[in-house]
Amino acid sequence: MKYVLLFGETKERAKQWEGMPDAQKQAAYAPINAWFGKYGSKITGGHELQPDRTATTVKFNNGKAVVTDGPFIEGKETIGGYAEVTVADLDEAIEMAKGWPTGGSVEVRPVVDRGEPER
Amino acid sequence: MTAALVRALGDFDLAEELVQEALLEAVEHWPKDGIPDKPGAWLLTTARRKAVDQFRRQARFREKLALLEGVLMRDDTAEGDDRLRLIFTCCHPALSREAQVALTLRAVAGLTTIEIARAFITSEATIAQRIVRAKRKIVEAKIPYRVPAERDMGERLDEVLAVLYLMFNEGYLATAGDRASRRDLAEDAIWLAGLMVRLMPEEPEALGLLALMRLHLARADSRFDNEGNLVLLQDQDRTRWDQERIASAMVVLQRAATLRRSGPYQIQAAIAACHADARSWEETDWRQIMALYDALLALMPSPVVELNRAIARRYLVGAEAALPEVDALGEVLDDYYLFHATRAELLRDLGRDAEGRVALGRALELTANPAERALLQRRLG
Repeated sequence: MKYVLLFGETKERAKQWEGMPDAQKQAAYAPINAWFGKYGSKITGGHELQPDRTATTVKFNNGKAVVTDGPFIEGKETIGGYAEVTVADLDEAIEMAKGWPTGGSVEVRPVVDRGEPER
Repeated sequence: MTAALVRALGDFDLAEELVQEALLEAVEHWPKDGIPDKPGAWLLTTARRKAVDQFRRQARFREKLALLEGVLMRDDTAEGDDRLRLIFTCCHPALSREAQVALTLRAVAGLTTIEIARAFITSEATIAQRIVRAKRKIVEAKIPYRVPAERDMGERLDEVLAVLYLMFNEGYLATAGDRASRRDLAEDAIWLAGLMVRLMPEEPEALGLLALMRLHLARADSRFDNEGNLVLLQDQDRTRWDQERIASAMVVLQRAATLRRSGPYQIQAAIAACHADARSWEETDWRQIMALYDALLALMPSPVVELNRAIARRYLVGAEAALPEVDALGEVLDDYYLFHATRAELLRDLGRDAEGRVALGRALELTANPAERALLQRRLG
């Protein structure tokens, strides 16, 4: 079963993260790298995302595409990255999410299974 | 007699429970109807009848399980394990609390959607949809159908017990008027807690919850007077308390204590036991109750528990000592009617009547429960 873990954080925290000096940032990455290392065999994809000030949203209004600046999720939280994981069931995905080291929140979403053979 | 039933049923706890229930019935009937010719046979017949009732419930359970079977995968093992799997799946933290409650009542206790809807004073369609959505999430998100691993057991058991306690309170806290028209959810919750105890006899918190429920329910009838007015603990007619139920709760609580792992439900049950033990309000052991609240706070810090400890301090030491403790909770509990009702009482004790009336008014704004409102209104005069 495949799930996507969406890593959410407050915009405030995202800003703090960005403002960190490089040495500090590197140290802060250590637990994240450890997490990816620990669950490496179950992680089948994912990326850290650039901050949401880099986002561009294409919105369809009556079929017409309108390009706007910013993310489509409005609010205090933003998605900092995601990981696709292949595990036995929701409990296993939740356990990985609980181990996520940077706090914030992790949304666990099953992906649609169209019955293709597992890769 | 217990042994005869154990042989017949192969279940010691169940046999014990049935005998106890038969004895309860005897206590109720014999003084009225006279002692039967063959008391032993009477008891055994009654116990057997109780067993049949129990098995009917189990049959209902099996029926519901069959209903769920299409949705939930299951492998073939002992029936007890199956029930546990079902309970833990119904109370999975990935489901909303509402869904957990509805699903547990439907799949484990065997209630119909109409019965559940009546208990929560909502439409059958609402409950049916809640259950359908929950089942769909179980399948689509692949919530596993199994007893949690040892590592997660503490957390997951807490979740189950929280669901049962909420269910119980929904029934227990219903006012007298409501109660007549509502299904007795408190009894369903007690039955489910008893089931958990049978399935996980080594879990002291499950025992603690069962004891807590029994102790509350033993006093249920004295909580309202004939006109349906709420009667406070200090004014309750203690002769109306169900002594058999209290005794059975004490047995359960003692069994929990022998397992030597304390927890919030056991402590809350112990507090309820202190009240149940006191022959009169004046004989209440407030020192012991204070100590138990301290223990509870250490395990589960909460402003509501602090408020209750302050109330215990009022009775142990006096209003003057309790008021500052209550006032300190003002910021977090400003929306809680019992905070203001408690303050009102303390202010009145201290002769600060004007302030007390303001606090009472605030309490009144914050509760919609008709019995509680009536009580506060009586105090306002």
